[in-house]
Amino acid sequence: MNSLLSVENLSLTVGGEKLLKSINFEIKQGEVFALVGESGSGKSLTSLAIMRLLPEVISVSSGDIKFKNDSLFLLPEYKMQKIRGKSIAMIFQEPMSALNPVMTIGEQVAEVIKIHLGLRKEETKEKVISLFKEVLLKDPTERYNWYPHQLSGGQKQRVMIAIALACEPDLLIADEPTTALDVTVQAKVLKLLKKIQVQRNLSILFITHDMAVVAQMADRVAVMRYGEILEEAECNIFFSSPQHPYTQSLLKDAMHSKEARERLRTPGKLLEVEGLKVHFPIKKGFFQRTVGYTKSVDGVSFSIPKGKTLALVGESGSGKSTIGNAILSLVPITEGTVKYEDQDLVHLSALALKPYRRKIQVVFQDPFSALNPRMTIGDIIREGMVSLGVVSKNRASQDAKISKLLEKVELEAEHMHRYPHEFSGGQRQRIGIARALAVEPELIICDEPTSALDVSVRTQILRLLQKLQQESGVSYLFITHDLSIVPTIADEVAVMKEGKIVEQGSVESVMENPQHPYTQKLLRSAPKLPI
Amino acid sequence: MMFSLLWTDILVWGLLSVLLFFGWGASRSEQIKKQWHAIFKSSIAMASAIILFFYLFFTLLDSVHVRFAMEPTKTKSEQVQYSEIVSLLDLIFAHNIQSTERTYSAPFATHEYTKSIIVDEHGVTKQEYLPLKHISKKAHSLQKSFIAVMIGLAISIMFILVHIFWRSGKGFKNEFKLIMQGNTKLPWRTAYGMIIFLIILCTWFYMLSFDYHVLGTDKVGGDVLYQSLKSIRTGVLIGILTTLIMLPVAILLGVSAGLFGGWVDDVIQYLYTTLSSIPGVLLIAAGVLSMQVMIGNNPTWFETTLERSDLRLLFLILILGITSWTGLCRLLRAETLKISQMEFVTAAKAFGVGRLTIIRRHIIPNLMHIILISVVLDFSGLVLAEAVLSYVGVGVDPTMHSWGNMINQARLEMARDPMVWWSLFSAFVFMFILVLAANLLSDRVQTVLDPRNKS
Repeated sequence: MNSLLSVENLSLTVGGEKLLKSINFEIKQGEVFALVGESGSGKSLTSLAIMRLLPEVISVSSGDIKFKNDSLFLLPEYKMQKIRGKSIAMIFQEPMSALNPVMTIGEQVAEVIKIHLGLRKEETKEKVISLFKEVLLKDPTERYNWYPHQLSGGQKQRVMIAIALACEPDLLIADEPTTALDVTVQAKVLKLLKKIQVQRNLSILFITHDMAVVAQMADRVAVMRYGEILEEAECNIFFSSPQHPYTQSLLKDAMHSKEARERLRTPGKLLEVEGLKVHFPIKKGFFQRTVGYTKSVDGVSFSIPKGKTLALVGESGSGKSTIGNAILSLVPITEGTVKYEDQDLVHLSALALKPYRRKIQVVFQDPFSALNPRMTIGDIIREGMVSLGVVSKNRASQDAKISKLLEKVELEAEHMHRYPHEFSGGQRQRIGIARALAVEPELIICDEPTSALDVSVRTQILRLLQKLQQESGVSYLFITHDLSIVPTIADEVAVMKEGKIVEQGSVESVMENPQHPYTQKLLRSAPKLPI
Repeated sequence: MMFSLLWTDILVWGLLSVLLFFGWGASRSEQIKKQWHAIFKSSIAMASAIILFFYLFFTLLDSVHVRFAMEPTKTKSEQVQYSEIVSLLDLIFAHNIQSTERTYSAPFATHEYTKSIIVDEHGVTKQEYLPLKHISKKAHSLQKSFIAVMIGLAISIMFILVHIFWRSGKGFKNEFKLIMQGNTKLPWRTAYGMIIFLIILCTWFYMLSFDYHVLGTDKVGGDVLYQSLKSIRTGVLIGILTTLIMLPVAILLGVSAGLFGGWVDDVIQYLYTTLSSIPGVLLIAAGVLSMQVMIGNNPTWFETTLERSDLRLLFLILILGITSWTGLCRLLRAETLKISQMEFVTAAKAFGVGRLTIIRRHIIPNLMHIILISVVLDFSGLVLAEAVLSYVGVGVDPTMHSWGNMINQARLEMARDPMVWWSLFSAFVFMFILVLAANLLSDRVQTVLDPRNKS
């Protein structure tokens, strides 16, 4: 096989700072080449450099990219335009923002064909419809006239793939194509990509942070960190014997310890939810009449024992976060009871609820919006303690407690006087945890606390959560979409679909012997590492 | 002598002290200090701020009003009679007020602008340019200009030396060298240059205003320079006080609409949609006219014409404030909607923090950049609005000096041949510089405070 694209000694700089440090790789005809790395490692920059779409502030300081023996950096812009889209196509991470919302999807695909192939109108339409068929979009003739907002995330990504394939490119660059999608949808899209790749003998540059997806898709893998390629190998060799210590740790973090957690057996139930229903009214018209209800949570029952973790698993829109908010009394509960140590929280007034606010706390998903950018870390942690009267009014003793909390989550006491923007995502998540711990809760609702984090940081946060549980015996309600982390953290698991729990039980029984077809499908869809 | 406070004076000084108080409070916060530092790093922002400061200075000078006791008339009253109310600015330019000419004269002119028919001692009727009454005929303007520049230079350098001395903890010489090389953190070289230029300009105008009408005279012989300077107060007041009236309304309604949602949101939305669909000029005209009728029916309310025109100004400000809050309110509502969905607000709710505290601690600080930006932008818009409204005839009182009134009078002057251009020109230049400085500063404020620019 001859090489289709080769990147030679490519270095990128911005204002004297090196972003890429002379990287080398080549992609052969009909090969899936995966570029793996955590955020900020330079993998997306590499793909932009190939397309010559780099922002103007970034300059190429050395190196060359050869596509079919043409040096891309030497081509004039009009020739490059022909290569973009026609020979090299790209799929982006966010299908929502990559499609133009005011054009029908058919027109958007047709536009590309018109520019590059110059077909007649009827031929173009035929071609678009055959492409829609190829990417397995249902009713392709009818969907031609649909707008992007009428499609689901997975369908939009299929349209993006159709646009990319429209001009029969030789190389497809897929930049995290499935990161924004649910597991079951991701599995379908990946399967589709693989099928098309084999059928058309296409080369794919697959950029991702997810090791399991790599294992499923790639022929060869390169690992990037801080703008360098650390290791490059054939896929099977890569997973069986990784060479570089960073790769080894990445793989280890991605896999999670499979050994059973040490189960603490403490008697007594902390929280009991029975027949919980949360229905949001849909309001329309001039006087905001209620015309119907969205049944976000529709009759859910579960309980969390003291010192244990219940994982609530489900795809986006399944109502799992709403359950968290309902337990915190942040959304009105339509029906059912939430009992905390035999006290029903549903009908308590705001004042009577205050003692329970102290016992149930929450850690959020997005470390960037979870902290007020205008407050110092100290004030952020102090707010809850003061509001719920956990500490004395003496500022010095508050500060002492804050520094102790910061040390507990493995930050430094002096961070107290800084502002959130000075911290990384993982550090912010630690601050969020410290804020929840400040009021000494007995139950912490963790709403996807790790889904916005890199793999290695995710492992650290999970480890921290576990350590805190062992030290203080706090219970967790762990809301997640990621089945792979469930065995590491949870004792029990409940699987949600469309507002209902379809299956619950101990982690072993659900993960190893799922009964409900949806659970089976979820488990099957989750990409796995080959070990 | 007796100090007398007009309504607008109270508001101006009240506002100034509130601003100083907040400035003092803000100066203790590291983050805010850093932001202001970043704003003034730009030399354009620094120069604009200094120009604005000069405008503010004239406003304040014109906002101290006093009345003098008149010589007791021999005839009847034992009561002390007071003269008209005058401001400090009037006292400084007293010579200009008294020295009214007969009619138009061009800047630095010695004779009137138009020929008059006179009959000389021999009974012959002649047409000639009459000499102006109140200019010194044997003025050596060059020599006087030189002296004025020297005095200006001396005054400004004195200020600057004091400032450098106060700033330089270690080594005055060293600090001076850094400034001359432009190596300071803030662009002090530009700032000092601007100050020297402005002070020299002021002293030059002032010194020559004794001998000439520096910017000419208007139809009834009033000094245009004095009119332009008096107009500063009107313009700045309308700019600042209207924002002050509009702000609380916009913030309160915008934040509550965004945060509480439901029927509160509906009511507020209907309110501002209704209000903003009525043409602003119509509302203002209706308000001002009804005010005029009220004033006309109650002539006993006011001792002096100044008090009357002052109340009319205040009323205009009030109406402008009522009609102009909708834009900001809409912006704040949208931003509050966004912020209230942020997880840190949810976290605060989970801690049982009260709604008012959430607004004060989490929402308003995150709206601050929008508020600040729109305040500065609205300021220039309002200064221009005053000019337009006075031109239309529903602005400030005709007896009050304002750029709008000056432009309104200049309407006919432009049609004359030869054209009388200086009234319009002065009003335009004074207004243009103020609005330009405000816009340049707001541009910089926007760049620094908008978090989206911080990548």
